[in-house]
Amino acid sequence: MAYAAGVDVGSTQTKAVLIDEDKNIAGRALIDTGANVVAAAEQAFGKALANAKVNEEEVEYVVGTGYGRYRVTFGNTQVTEISCHARGAVHMFPGTRTVIDMGGQDTKAIRVRASGEIVDFCMNDKCAAGTGRFLGAASSALDIPLDQLGPTALRAERPVRISTTCTVFAESEVLSWLGKGKKIEDILQGVHQSIAARSIGLLRRVGIEDEITFTGGVARNIGMIAALEKGLNARLNVSEDSHFMGALGAALFALDHIQAGRNPSLAGRS
Amino acid sequence: MVGRGNREGAELFRKWFAALNDTAASGGQAAYVFVMGSMCEILRTFGLPVVFPEINSLQMAVRHVAHDYLNQAEDFGYSPDICGYVKADVAVQLRSGEHPMGRIPKPAIAVLTNACNTYIKWAEIWQRMYNVPVFTLDVPGTRAAGMQTWPGDPDFENDRQYVLSQIKELIVLCEGVTGVKFDIDRLRESMGYANDMSRGWKHLLEFNRSRPALFNALTDGTIYLGVTNGLRGTAEGARFFADLVEEMSYKAANGIGTLNDEKYRLTFIGVPCYPIFRRFNELFTQWGGVFVHSTYLWFASGGTNLGYEYDLAHPLESLAEGLLINVRDAMDSMFYQDRAILEMVDQYHLDGVVYHPVKSCRTTSTGMADNRRALMAARDIPSLFIESDMMDRRVVAEAQMKNHIDAFFEGLASRRQKETVTQ
Repeated sequence: MAYAAGVDVGSTQTKAVLIDEDKNIAGRALIDTGANVVAAAEQAFGKALANAKVNEEEVEYVVGTGYGRYRVTFGNTQVTEISCHARGAVHMFPGTRTVIDMGGQDTKAIRVRASGEIVDFCMNDKCAAGTGRFLGAASSALDIPLDQLGPTALRAERPVRISTTCTVFAESEVLSWLGKGKKIEDILQGVHQSIAARSIGLLRRVGIEDEITFTGGVARNIGMIAALEKGLNARLNVSEDSHFMGALGAALFALDHIQAGRNPSLAGRS
Repeated sequence: MVGRGNREGAELFRKWFAALNDTAASGGQAAYVFVMGSMCEILRTFGLPVVFPEINSLQMAVRHVAHDYLNQAEDFGYSPDICGYVKADVAVQLRSGEHPMGRIPKPAIAVLTNACNTYIKWAEIWQRMYNVPVFTLDVPGTRAAGMQTWPGDPDFENDRQYVLSQIKELIVLCEGVTGVKFDIDRLRESMGYANDMSRGWKHLLEFNRSRPALFNALTDGTIYLGVTNGLRGTAEGARFFADLVEEMSYKAANGIGTLNDEKYRLTFIGVPCYPIFRRFNELFTQWGGVFVHSTYLWFASGGTNLGYEYDLAHPLESLAEGLLINVRDAMDSMFYQDRAILEMVDQYHLDGVVYHPVKSCRTTSTGMADNRRALMAARDIPSLFIESDMMDRRVVAEAQMKNHIDAFFEGLASRRQKETVTQ
């Protein structure tokens, strides 16, 4: 059995996914990227191999993606995370026509055709408003672990309105609401709604079409899922593996290369 | 012969700036003008050197010194949101004309049209600084895609008279500023050279309909554009375009393209990303993408792309006519792009359209998203929308830009692969 791998080196975390020739996920790994991007890619890949109980020699092709894709030194080629998230989302949820990927420092809105071809995409590219960093700032200001932000926000009764879109100023606005005696859950719900509104703006720029699939690290946050679903008035596709969608897409591109190498007429059919 | 246009264009540019430097050194003054409706033909008749502050500013960005000038203007009180071209020029004025290509003379007069709202506010700055006359030529009906009137139409003839009367006022003003008597034969001579350049510019743009593209519309095109504007109505400019057409004819006859392996033919919509000018282009050429055309070569040439030629038997009337037709086209190519780009897609066999809205110019950038939507609704052609700036490197995020561009080409490659399989 041959395997294909995708390694997604993001600004905050690095993800690796191994798939078999039937496109089943055989192994996955997630680590903090840290300062040494090359080492992060190697470690994530190594952990995914261990998770799949697969030897490195059995992996025939590796695709690097994410901002650190060119630092995946053992990778055979690179593909942008825009293409990879779209590919992964359509594979996981074939009805996907719109993808919202929310990561540590950027949020992408992608519209795809049934074939998986990207019709349009846009992302925040001047500031980190509407991204995971905004949640990080709130987590820091309120001293609440990241994984508790969503559940806490869902307990809100009277959400506050966070007016700033600046991630840096968000922290001071959160503190000012605390100073006014607002409940933490109400403040956090305001934070989630603010990010959702910003992200929905990006989605509208590319055009929203059902089904919508939510990917990236922030997709693990149930508060953000709820805020987006409320803002969009639509259900989102969210997978247990949403966090790995970029790496999965990269692995699928890697599998294309393996199959094209064996049978050139298959090139471009996926 | 190959590459001659770029070498000679750069040389002419240096000479032009050297002459401006000499003018400044001797205490002389110049006419400050803009690329859309420069009125160079009239101004040269009076022996006035011409300064294009837009070109001065972009040169600062290309030479990686714009940030110093922008910071100085912002320290002086100009908002970061104001057009970078304006702020860089303000700093040049504050530095008594200091510019990386030489010293820029002070204005004796500023001549502008209403083609850009910023022109009007910009010229007011010089008026306040130097108390020099500012002549704003009001060109009616500048935004009228699909509704233009043409010579012979009563509305057009009315507009012609309106513009003609303003040109006559400008002539009187120039006589007062320079002390030189207006000479219609000198004007005719300058208009004759402008005709040669106009014909050459249109011919040049049409060359790139062939495969492979003979020149890069973004990089090479900007050099040629500089000559089109800076040397408009001169013998040197006319000779340059005759030589350039000869060079392109040679390249066409011998199949010499600007890229060795042209994979994707693109058009560029908007103003270039001058702070990383070469690098920006490389982000496309490394995928085999070449800019075969650009709306920049339309509007920044002031509509010269139409190839309009003056009737030298009736110079003033014809000058009014040319101004109406060219400035109107320059504006329409910024505000009503969708129809023109659709034609461009077919004529130039385009694979993709790249939109580049800039922070500095919200006037032209705001409508780009709508224009793009209209294009996408009319035609299934991939397009890319990347935002940065023409001057301010603080809003040029190269890593993010590369990500966008790479994803765009991945889409183009995937589309081509599927087309190949389908065939």
